[in-house]
Amino acid sequence: MKSRRYYSILVAVLMVLSCALTVHATEKGELMMATTTSTDNTGLLDYLIPFFKQETGIALKWTATGTGKALKLGQNCDVDVLLVHAPPSEKAYITNGFGKDRREIMYNDFVIIGPKSDPAGLKGKTISQALSAIKTKKAFFISRGDDSGTNKKEKLLWKNADLALPDKEKWYVQTGQGMLATINVSQEKNGYTMTDRGTYIKYQDQQGGNAPLTILVEGDDILLNQYSVLTLNPENCPDAEYDLALKFSDWMASDAAQTKIGEFRLLGKTLFIPNAK
Amino acid sequence: MTFLVEGFLKALELLISGDISTWSAVSATLKASTGSMLVSLLTGLPCGFVLGYFDFRFKRTIRTFLDTLLALPTVCVGLIVYAFISSKGPLGDMGLLFTLTGIAVGQTILAFPVVTAITASIIENIDPALKLTLISLGAGKKDIILTYLWEVRFGVLVAAVTAYGRVLTEVGISMIVGGNIKYHTRTMTTAIALETNKGLFADGIALGIVLMTIAFTVNLSLSFLRKR
Repeated sequence: MKSRRYYSILVAVLMVLSCALTVHATEKGELMMATTTSTDNTGLLDYLIPFFKQETGIALKWTATGTGKALKLGQNCDVDVLLVHAPPSEKAYITNGFGKDRREIMYNDFVIIGPKSDPAGLKGKTISQALSAIKTKKAFFISRGDDSGTNKKEKLLWKNADLALPDKEKWYVQTGQGMLATINVSQEKNGYTMTDRGTYIKYQDQQGGNAPLTILVEGDDILLNQYSVLTLNPENCPDAEYDLALKFSDWMASDAAQTKIGEFRLLGKTLFIPNAK
Repeated sequence: MTFLVEGFLKALELLISGDISTWSAVSATLKASTGSMLVSLLTGLPCGFVLGYFDFRFKRTIRTFLDTLLALPTVCVGLIVYAFISSKGPLGDMGLLFTLTGIAVGQTILAFPVVTAITASIIENIDPALKLTLISLGAGKKDIILTYLWEVRFGVLVAAVTAYGRVLTEVGISMIVGGNIKYHTRTMTTAIALETNKGLFADGIALGIVLMTIAFTVNLSLSFLRKR
């Protein structure tokens, strides 16, 4: 009797195991995308991708990381398509033979946010002046520090302001985490940070519209944040779903999808402005 | 502080309302951890027995090596597994990246040393008089081994529970190998990491409580087994 009971337990366990083993991520006709935390954390993809599935019948899955890792996953052919936001790196990626087509889809802009009391007096300054003021006052500046698209842009801003990257300064805090987590660290430390506007609106939404951190610097041309779809070079990744990736890229640039992106709002504000040509 | 209370209430809500994303994460966690536990028990128990029962050269070295593996950082296991199963890796053709099977492979690497090391320790600590008594009673080799296995049955349970605790709570492997894909490879722990990253602390706590509930259920059923 006893052995029969063990036998039945074993059978039950094996059944669960076989369930686990039959789950495969990418089947034929399915797209795998690597994207940035901002498109995922804001809820844009959860809102947009069901429409894509409905209209084209193509199933799309995504993994959300920083742009740096997303590009790496594409280089290693672990995904089929990329939705990222670091134009200089993207162009280099294509030159290096990893990417094939780059299509601009939408943009928002980066803003510098900080406590309402604004201890370093950033309000009304240009971006370069603002960074100098932070440095002079040694005010806390919270950086992503993760080589994401946002982080790449921030490094560019320091360079553009003729300031060395304050990598080892005590007031320069590198979180190595996503944008929302980094904003939360800024709130805890009463510091400044740079974020894309979409994620900032999401943060405001979470704070019930009464966020302790407010926008202090905005509107400079250099703060533009362009998102693009990148297909992978079939010569580097012959097994990647190139045709489907191209379909996704076309769909994102289509009038229907562009309108939907423009209609995606939080707190009545548009998070991403469509600009596909 | 308020998010702790909020989280507790939210946990009840998630469990009762049958929230799809929560249950899919629960199911992903159970599938991956069951798979890895089975494989690591099936391989780890015999290895642990051999290591504890027999004397051979380099036994001490192997034990030290195994004990070191107990401290394996999960993120490193994730990276090593990723290196092998990435499309450009040697096992890329198997298509294991971003699957639960891939996660289970990584978790097996994590659990195997735990099962083996604990089993070996328990076998080593059996009173040597037992073997002599058995021999004097005229027991054969097969009987001795069977008696040993019966004697250590509760110890094996300890090994299994400990390894299960490690597998159930790891986040590094699931994140790197699984990719935290919603409805597919999003496990409880990667979901908690994601909610925390999004600043939704209450949701993170809620999922943590759900995970503890699973652990409690598993341990409760095991303690039932022990009573028998």
